[in-house]
Amino acid sequence: MDATTIAAALKELVPEAEFGIGAASDQPTLYVAGERLVETCRALHDAPDLAFVLLSDMTGVDWWPNEPRFEVVYHLASFDHRTRLRLKVRLGGDAAHLADVQEIWPVANWLEREVWDLFGIVFDGHNDLRRLLMPDDWDGHPARKDYPVQIKMTPKVYEPLQLSAEQFRANIEADRHRRPAPAADRPERPKDTEAAG
Amino acid sequence: MPELELPVLTTTVDKIVQWARRSSLWPVTFGLACCAIEMMSMSASRYDIARFGAEVFRGSPRQSDLMIVAGRLSRKMAPALRRIYDQMPDPKWVISMGACASVGGVFDNYAIVQGVDQIVPVDVFVPGCPPRPESLIYGIVQLQRKIARQRAGLGARG
Repeated sequence: MDATTIAAALKELVPEAEFGIGAASDQPTLYVAGERLVETCRALHDAPDLAFVLLSDMTGVDWWPNEPRFEVVYHLASFDHRTRLRLKVRLGGDAAHLADVQEIWPVANWLEREVWDLFGIVFDGHNDLRRLLMPDDWDGHPARKDYPVQIKMTPKVYEPLQLSAEQFRANIEADRHRRPAPAADRPERPKDTEAAG
Repeated sequence: MPELELPVLTTTVDKIVQWARRSSLWPVTFGLACCAIEMMSMSASRYDIARFGAEVFRGSPRQSDLMIVAGRLSRKMAPALRRIYDQMPDPKWVISMGACASVGGVFDNYAIVQGVDQIVPVDVFVPGCPPRPESLIYGIVQLQRKIARQRAGLGARG
């Protein structure tokens, strides 16, 4: 399957979307708009003649200072048809939001966390968008082109607490039931006088 | 009747204790990246580190006295390194293996700590990318010579 076949099949399934054919020699490459991403991905996953069931990678590209600034790249694979597909979405720099595709490919959970961590592209609907590669309290998104490569910063030797104070207290309260009951409340143990005879 | 010679050696407590310590340095497994491969090959049969006493790489820091930081240390890993170092009982020594652990190596960027001596005190730096197993063995032998020079410090803390 090449890009035009896939684009034609998708055009029937998702009529409102426009698919651009990318110029790439190794894999079929398609461009899609951010608003049509979820329907396109669902069609790619569910349609039996496409069956792109594997999201093997998701990454971002920063084209600063060109606009649109960001590109999110999805690498998909279909086992039934032995094809790979590269799906690209262009995003502007000041509105870098994209829909979350976790319901289609659950592996997107960590992949989207990585893209957010390094590029700052927010995935709407993601339940757990936090740092993956950088330390938890890091400032900034390092893979952007305007982020410095060399920084001089003392490394931290403590780990920041990942819980809030309320969560910490709630954990302790939840464990309270595990403490042994006071001696007066414990059930009566049968005395083994028969065995001692 | 032949005269029997008593097999007696006189020495100091310091020297004997330090001999025992340097002849049985047990490293804790702290291979982070590619240098760990060379550290593994050093402990394998060709460059056998067991002949120098570093017989076992203990999995637990509480049972080891040498930490070989082998590989690049990222900022995210720095608290873990410090914690493992703190969990080792005294006396303990640290060898910084390779260019990345010593000065950050080729990775002068936001993610890699530029030298683990910002986190833990280092006794011996072994340069190389990665250092050959013989280099690392030389580093361990240098550490043994350093330990031989030191006082045993028994009774210092009462």
